Amino acid sequence: MINVIWLAMIIIGIVIASVDCLVDFVDGSILWNPTLEPLNVLTSGVFDSVKFAVTMAFGLIGIMTLWLGIMKIAEESGLIKIIARAVKPITIRLFPEVPPDHPAMGAIIMAIAASMLGLGNSATPLGLKAMRELQTLNKIKNTASNAMCMLMAISTSSVTIIPATIIGIRAAANSKNPAEIIAPVILATGISTTVAIIMTKILEKLPRYRYPESPEENDKREIDEKMDAKNSENDKEITHV
Amino acid sequence: MFETILNVISTLAIPVIIVLIPLYGYRKGVKVYEVFTVGAKEGFDVAIHIIPFLVAIFAAISIFRTSGAMQVLSWIVSPLTNLIGMPAEVLPLAFMRPLSGSGALGILTELVTTHGPDSTIGRMASIMMGSTETTFYILAVYFGSVSVTNSRHAVPAGLTADLAGIISSVIITNIIFG
Repeated sequence: MINVIWLAMIIIGIVIASVDCLVDFVDGSILWNPTLEPLNVLTSGVFDSVKFAVTMAFGLIGIMTLWLGIMKIAEESGLIKIIARAVKPITIRLFPEVPPDHPAMGAIIMAIAASMLGLGNSATPLGLKAMRELQTLNKIKNTASNAMCMLMAISTSSVTIIPATIIGIRAAANSKNPAEIIAPVILATGISTTVAIIMTKILEKLPRYRYPESPEENDKREIDEKMDAKNSENDKEITHV
Repeated sequence: MFETILNVISTLAIPVIIVLIPLYGYRKGVKVYEVFTVGAKEGFDVAIHIIPFLVAIFAAISIFRTSGAMQVLSWIVSPLTNLIGMPAEVLPLAFMRPLSGSGALGILTELVTTHGPDSTIGRMASIMMGSTETTFYILAVYFGSVSVTNSRHAVPAGLTADLAGIISSVIITNIIFG
């Protein structure tokens, strides 16, 4: 899935920019106007953004090391175990494959708590820590486990209680009541998180997404997919003839 | 008043955590400084590990955005969004949101300043921003950090959640403020 999306974004982008190089769209009519400008912009945009990607990863080092250090203290002191025990009724349903006293459970809880408080910068390092712990429980290392997908679903559906940045932007734009969006945000995010959890639970059982029983089955499925793709290509060729 | 309380909470959260956890550890007999550095060492590895994944995602997103493909996509689905009462102005935000947090924040800032923070568009954009996440960024970083390449159902589930967040923020805005 991610392979197709990634490639499609690049191809669609390049095609549109190329069309933009040849013609202009003005008031519904198409004018022939060859220029190289759109592709130039595209190239420099790519270079800028990959540079930004690396800068961002380096920027993450500081916060990452700080939080993982603090987390280690919380872990050694037994604090995480206490918190994990308190929310156990919920977490054993969401992550049935993870033993309740495993370090992964503590890391998951801390990550979700950080994103709920709107500590976006701190939620990422804690989420990554949780991913690493889940990887130790994962049998097939290149394939996401059910628990990993559930953590992803909860993280990407944005369980926010305090959307601090948005309130800040609204205040800067002279809103009469910058914080009025909090209740609607909690409502909307509650809906999206519920959908994410239900979708994950449903999809993980589908044959297409089911967790492979052995690394061999995983390889075999990949080969099958490639064969399918090849077959459909052959079909296309036949119809062209 | 409410806003001040929220401000205080978000400002205090991190300092309180940074003090309380080591203090608790110290009382439990943990060698706090040494243990901290052991944990912190991991942070460096993780940050370096995600670079290739971030670069791949950022490059694709940049091409999609600067080429104008994003606008084309918004234009294609506009008949559908009109049905649920979503102003065309908010559409680029809905498409940008799963791809780029800074890009989406840019669009939000532009919408809020152009149309006013207390307009329907301003409110809808704010609520949408708050109830969705940068799915592809999280996906790249989280799975990249543990070298998982087969993401199984994570992408469809994440995108469905974003869609649910977008649709419910449109409907909620229209009901509460409409």
